[in-house]
Amino acid sequence: MKVWCVFKKELRLYFGLFIAYSLAASFLVLSGYFFYTDMIFYDLFGTFMDITSSLWQYYFLDLRFVAMLIIPLLTMRLFAEEKKLGTIELLWTYPLKDLHIILGKFLACVFIFELMVACTLVYLVMFASVYTFDWGPPLAGYLGVALLGATFIACGTFISSLTENQAVSAMSTYGLLVFFWFLTWNEEALGPQLIGIVSRLSLYDRFEDFAKGVINTKDIGFFVLVTLLFLYLTLRSLESRKWRGMR
Amino acid sequence: MIEVDNVTKQFGPVLAVDRVSFHVARGEVVGFLGPNGAGKSTVMRILACFFPPTSGKARVGGYDVTSHSLEVRRMVGYFPEKASVYSDLSVRAFLGFVAEAKDVPRRRRAQEVGRVIDSCGLKEVQNRIIGQLSKGYRQRVGIAQALTSDPEVLILDEPTIGLDPEQVVEIRKFIRDLGKERTVILSTHILPEVSTVCDRVIVINRGRILTSESLKELRAQLQRTRRVRVEVEGPRDQAVEAFSRLPGVVRVEEDGPTEDRELPAAGGGPVSLVVEYEGGDIHNEVSRTVLERGWGLLEVRSVELTLEDIYLKLIHDSGRAREE
Repeated sequence: MKVWCVFKKELRLYFGLFIAYSLAASFLVLSGYFFYTDMIFYDLFGTFMDITSSLWQYYFLDLRFVAMLIIPLLTMRLFAEEKKLGTIELLWTYPLKDLHIILGKFLACVFIFELMVACTLVYLVMFASVYTFDWGPPLAGYLGVALLGATFIACGTFISSLTENQAVSAMSTYGLLVFFWFLTWNEEALGPQLIGIVSRLSLYDRFEDFAKGVINTKDIGFFVLVTLLFLYLTLRSLESRKWRGMR
Repeated sequence: MIEVDNVTKQFGPVLAVDRVSFHVARGEVVGFLGPNGAGKSTVMRILACFFPPTSGKARVGGYDVTSHSLEVRRMVGYFPEKASVYSDLSVRAFLGFVAEAKDVPRRRRAQEVGRVIDSCGLKEVQNRIIGQLSKGYRQRVGIAQALTSDPEVLILDEPTIGLDPEQVVEIRKFIRDLGKERTVILSTHILPEVSTVCDRVIVINRGRILTSESLKELRAQLQRTRRVRVEVEGPRDQAVEAFSRLPGVVRVEEDGPTEDRELPAAGGGPVSLVVEYEGGDIHNEVSRTVLERGWGLLEVRSVELTLEDIYLKLIHDSGRAREE
């Protein structure tokens, strides 16, 4: 399977270059610290309240922030590096379809990201050893993080396919993700009609249901759709070499 | 094996390749010759399916590069100009990836990688990271990836650039061996490379093909007149006059200084003259003339047009044709 072949190559590069390790280290330090502070907060002020609204919700909103920080750095090299080094010339002259290349790269990033996220489950296991709680809401939150991460990665994959400079790729991905985030901050500026539409389109607002422990098929569908949309845009962006004047 | 008909490639306003047509038969080794920026790489990239032509048809093994690009890519081994390889992978890991990407079946993959490593002399470095290898080895890795899966057609874009002279000789010999059973197109702007490696040469300049012939035909075509170089110990002016009177002689001129020889000081020493003539060989007449006058005859030999001369003449002529 060709997707598998590109996937393996990407993983080899991510781990061989220590990108995966260094990003995972930052991710785990940040998310671990957030979990610790949220847990202390819950211990001091929240124990008489509902654990979902006073612990899990904070934790998953923090995790969302960490994902936003880490993912552009993970995806920035996907196509930009290959273009810069000229190795894209190899990929495009091997009998590989563009779709296989995109999926292989996208899935490699998703795999690394989900692996990092899975490592954070250790915090919960440790927490469970000293405190009894219902696993349902946090698992719904994790599903949300997994989906949101995949959507962010699809965004980053698309932007990486537009440039051959990794810094530009990362910065533009931050720009796009942060824009999605700020989009609904000022409800007055947008007006009552517009806010309804925009917040339904916002990746971040969609995530909040998951953080509250609610799994909504509409939200899942939304994330999957946005992911597919960006992957499709990536495909079109790669195909542009066929008609654009690129040297 | 390779058919290119009226192919044009435009990058925005820049016309990189202009209505190029040529055919390459199975088993031929063809050299693509031209100055930098002539359009060699563009034609090769079209054949390797990196991008399709703006107009015209290009076929490899009967498959069109635009509509059947996957079939073409399976048949072609391509060595890109920048010799780009994944510098962060080990040689073996990289070639393993290449073998998989090129549809080598799983059970034959290790064997195929081993074969390519052996034939490109990469055995000692097979577990090293490519980025840490010397330029020569990296170049070989580039060639190794082109050879993986044993493609019928090899397209090599400047395979000897950046190598030391010994490696250049080695790679050329290697390419010549490859050409025995495969179709090879290689581009270069190094002239001797073409004469040592290729059966045929395609000269391209400013996106157009100037000629596409075997070296022998090319020489014959450009050399309507032939030349003899004579080195005489005697008076210069008289010698010039005597040679000019020989039948068929068009022109006699003093040979310019060459790298290993300077012009003799006026008045004494040997004189070198180049006699340009048409028709039958005049070596005999030239030497008889010298001996009859009692001058010393140091050397008589025919001068072949070198590839450099041919090349410059073609490029020059095409430039002039355009101006007119």
